[in-house]
Amino acid sequence: MSTLDLTLPAGATNPLARLGWAVRDSVTVAGRSLRQIRRVPERLSDVTIQPVMFVLLFAEVFGTAITVPGGGSYHEYLLPGIIAQTTVFGCFGASVSMATDLHEGFVDRLRSLPIARSSIITGRLLAELATASFGLAVTLVVGVIVSWRVHRGVGHTLLGLLVLAVFLIAMTWLGLLIGMLVRSPDAVPGILFPVLFPVTFLANTFVPLKGLPGWLRAVAEWNPVSAVVAATRDEFGNPNPGISSWPLRHALPVSLGWGVGLIVVFGGLALLRWRKVSAG
Amino acid sequence: MADDAVVVDDLHKHFGSTYALRGVSLTVPAGTVCGLLGPNGAGKTTAVRIVTTLLRADSGRVTVAGHDVTREPDQVRRSLGLAGQAATVDGLLTGVQNLVMIGKLYHLPSKVAKARADELLERFSLTDAGGRIAKEYSGGMRRRLDLAASLVAAPPVLVLDEPTTGLDPHARAETWDVIEELVRAGTTLLLTTQYLEEADRLADQIVVVDHGEVVADGTPAALKAEVGGQRLEVTVVGDPAAARAVLARHGTVTLRDGRLSVDAAGGASRVAEVAAALADAGIEVDDLGLHRPSLDEVFLRLTGHAPTDTNDTADSADVAHTTPTSEEIPV
Repeated sequence: MSTLDLTLPAGATNPLARLGWAVRDSVTVAGRSLRQIRRVPERLSDVTIQPVMFVLLFAEVFGTAITVPGGGSYHEYLLPGIIAQTTVFGCFGASVSMATDLHEGFVDRLRSLPIARSSIITGRLLAELATASFGLAVTLVVGVIVSWRVHRGVGHTLLGLLVLAVFLIAMTWLGLLIGMLVRSPDAVPGILFPVLFPVTFLANTFVPLKGLPGWLRAVAEWNPVSAVVAATRDEFGNPNPGISSWPLRHALPVSLGWGVGLIVVFGGLALLRWRKVSAG
Repeated sequence: MADDAVVVDDLHKHFGSTYALRGVSLTVPAGTVCGLLGPNGAGKTTAVRIVTTLLRADSGRVTVAGHDVTREPDQVRRSLGLAGQAATVDGLLTGVQNLVMIGKLYHLPSKVAKARADELLERFSLTDAGGRIAKEYSGGMRRRLDLAASLVAAPPVLVLDEPTTGLDPHARAETWDVIEELVRAGTTLLLTTQYLEEADRLADQIVVVDHGEVVADGTPAALKAEVGGQRLEVTVVGDPAAARAVLARHGTVTLRDGRLSVDAAGGASRVAEVAAALADAGIEVDDLGLHRPSLDEVFLRLTGHAPTDTNDTADSADVAHTTPTSEEIPV
């Protein structure tokens, strides 16, 4: 009935070959998610339009009223905050897409194929990271347009981006985990918004912390988002006032520590959950 | 390949306190079609998910093309294709993209995956739609793409989970044609359905499940024979009492919806006999003919309820006309 040779390649026998197939399958699965974006470009809005809107609103509205203690441009102060917020919000898209795939039976289609089951989730992870990186790039470009600059050379700039990348991976794992826990994709906003807004606003993201009452200030200073923001401000050479507490004085190691720790926790929980979901 | 393409032996599965499967067994010989028939909630989809490695059974054993689903799941996945409500295509990818992606996941070389996609699209009359996203397809087209997706690696065993549920009659007929063509080409098919007509048309063997148990198993003809052979049905003008008396000479008469019926083991000669007897008695006959029991009646007899009792999906109306609506009243 077919003139093609449809003989399937023999299954991988050694661990290295298995890993090779798993990587290839992940890329195929990721490619599928990225192809979807061409059809539904509005999916990119939460990583592009939203941060751009925040940059413009905060810079032009708050910027007129807020003076950065110790001097410096509010635009330069603001941008690392917006980028960190975008990174945190990355978990939103990840959970919606994960929940949608599970809900609509597409994951079952993939699971009925002779592929490494882990590639279904690592493929999704890769696609989300690619999407979020694109969003970050757009935000940075808009930042440059509204006169945000880096001042400490390539090495420190890359360090700042590393902090963001590590945190982004942690947040994406969180998103995938939530996506596997909710009953339907519609449930995602209701769960995530009440968590994500306080997490990004109860921090040094948009305003310096020194005006906050004592206990609230302590919470904000130990918020991992604050460490990420402080570390990127440091590395980019942007204004970083009010650094009196221990976690913010050691923002680079603290932010990387948070990032790696959260990757281990959220990634581990997500993989456990995935094992349960994919075992049926 | 083993002679039996699918062997399911004493399958049990529960979800919490609900028992989805309570000892289901069935065997599908290679090259044949087995219809797993039952209402919503009977356990059909659970059984399909276990056979296709998507779900693990509590106990019992399943082999597909000679491979055990729990011990060699990868071998099983290489041997079967799955389509229907348990697995779908990606609505945001085009027809071509869907099929090529699946080909790649089977680790077919890129060129082969592309060529196979084109070949399948042509075979399912989707060539023109291949560049459009699947979401824009009609129900029937999408189901055909779904079928095509399950055939990318030309698997020897195909599992279709309610392939026509929710389709309009035209699209359903189209899908049946496609399935029949596959079967002619030698594919072994395990099919679940809640449509008796579908099982009757496509299956060599029907396994009726209800509340997680097999209540009957056999060829469509054997199942029909089990609830009785053909019957002679008579509708008369006016009071049926006199006609009832005439028919009673040939066996137990039942009256349902104003229609009298009696066992018609003698076939056509019995028809002539009864017609003559009725005419002799001066009874005016409105309608008289032989009636083979439909699978609906088989189902009612086997499970004690109509097949669409728990059905909340579309198209329940099209089987309702053959489903007995009033109780059989022995006269």
